[in-house]
Amino acid sequence: MKQNLYKYILGIADNSLILGQRLGELTGHGPSLETDIACTNISLDFFGQVRSYYQYAAKIAGDKRTEDDIAMLRKEREYVNVLLVEQPNTNFAYTIARQFLFDVYHFLFLTELEKSKDLTLSAIATKSLKEVSYHQRFSTDWLKRLGDGTTESKEKMQEAINDLWTCTDELFHQTEADKAMVKDGIGVDVTALKEVYYKKVNEILEEATLETPESKWFQKGGKQGIHTEHLGYLLSDLQYMQRTYPNMEW
Amino acid sequence: MNKTEHITRSSENSSPLGKVDGAFVAILESVSDPEIPVLSIMDMGVVRSAVIENNIVKVEITPTYSGCPAMDVIGDDIKAALKTAGYDSEIELILAPAWTTDWITPRGRKALEDYGIAAPLNAEADKEVLLNGKRLVKCTNCSSTNTRLVSQFGSTACKAQFQCDDCQEPFDYFKCLK
Repeated sequence: MKQNLYKYILGIADNSLILGQRLGELTGHGPSLETDIACTNISLDFFGQVRSYYQYAAKIAGDKRTEDDIAMLRKEREYVNVLLVEQPNTNFAYTIARQFLFDVYHFLFLTELEKSKDLTLSAIATKSLKEVSYHQRFSTDWLKRLGDGTTESKEKMQEAINDLWTCTDELFHQTEADKAMVKDGIGVDVTALKEVYYKKVNEILEEATLETPESKWFQKGGKQGIHTEHLGYLLSDLQYMQRTYPNMEW
Repeated sequence: MNKTEHITRSSENSSPLGKVDGAFVAILESVSDPEIPVLSIMDMGVVRSAVIENNIVKVEITPTYSGCPAMDVIGDDIKAALKTAGYDSEIELILAPAWTTDWITPRGRKALEDYGIAAPLNAEADKEVLLNGKRLVKCTNCSSTNTRLVSQFGSTACKAQFQCDDCQEPFDYFKCLK
């Protein structure tokens, strides 16, 4: 089995799975009907993308594992998503800040992944990009609306950005699998995205009349499976059915 | 989540209607999108090919949005329709080339409008409407373009919510996907 490719696919897929689950938690709990529907629609896009990635990972693994096994039956330390996507919904400002900080990265990342020598990854990237451009419009729009809104909405939006900011640097860390895949022309060199990411984010924050946080201290570990305490709770929800009724199918 | 998915690349499939053997056109036209029952999957442009090999009809379909929950149902409906006509079939879900709203046929666009869903504008106009609040989408009730975006996301992944400021009709707009 192509170990590096397998790990590389999980690195991409786990971000979408965990963020999709977070957004899915808002079903029936969004601040308004429209935002509720928007967040869950975005969640659905993530789950769709994740299926394609895990199906491919299962094929690469070449053992008896299915896409469902890979998605549902790993332990916390075996998930390699970035810390940003596992952060809780807290309030709508946090939901939007997390989405915005991820969407800008996700769009840049997929634009590069589209050029991958691996035709499956390239096809998934092309398909996903169309959806992600809508996600980015949604989160950017709300970031501006809340940032440049009332005193209270601005305060909350700024607080969320400040808090989640510490999770952004990790997006540009390379794992060993990343390095090997970049070398083979399959993976994206995330270190090269960093500058344009922060430039873009800063521009939009400015438009939203928000301050770019000055903190130089950043969290890391997600890509190595070392997570914040939030992931365990999320997984216990996500995996509940498969753990309680092993091998169940809808 | 147990269907196998294969991803193939082919440029010859990029026309609105793929390589569909004449014998299957009418059968496939009888299958509709479960979310939009007036629209056949042929007019929707999701059928990429249908050819018979060793007595089995191989049908390739492409998802509109990655997470579209209608795809599994559409696959089952195609199998059932072909079975009724006496054919065994295999359904393959393909991702490349990626589906675009350009593949919806003129007849499909009309069916959408008649059903109360505004058909997608071109990419430029779509952007103006969804990002800059331009009033370009025609109301499906009174045809006025004095309409405004209520939400970029609607009742399904492919639609946005609009309201007409002349007749007050709320309606769905099928978002442009290119």
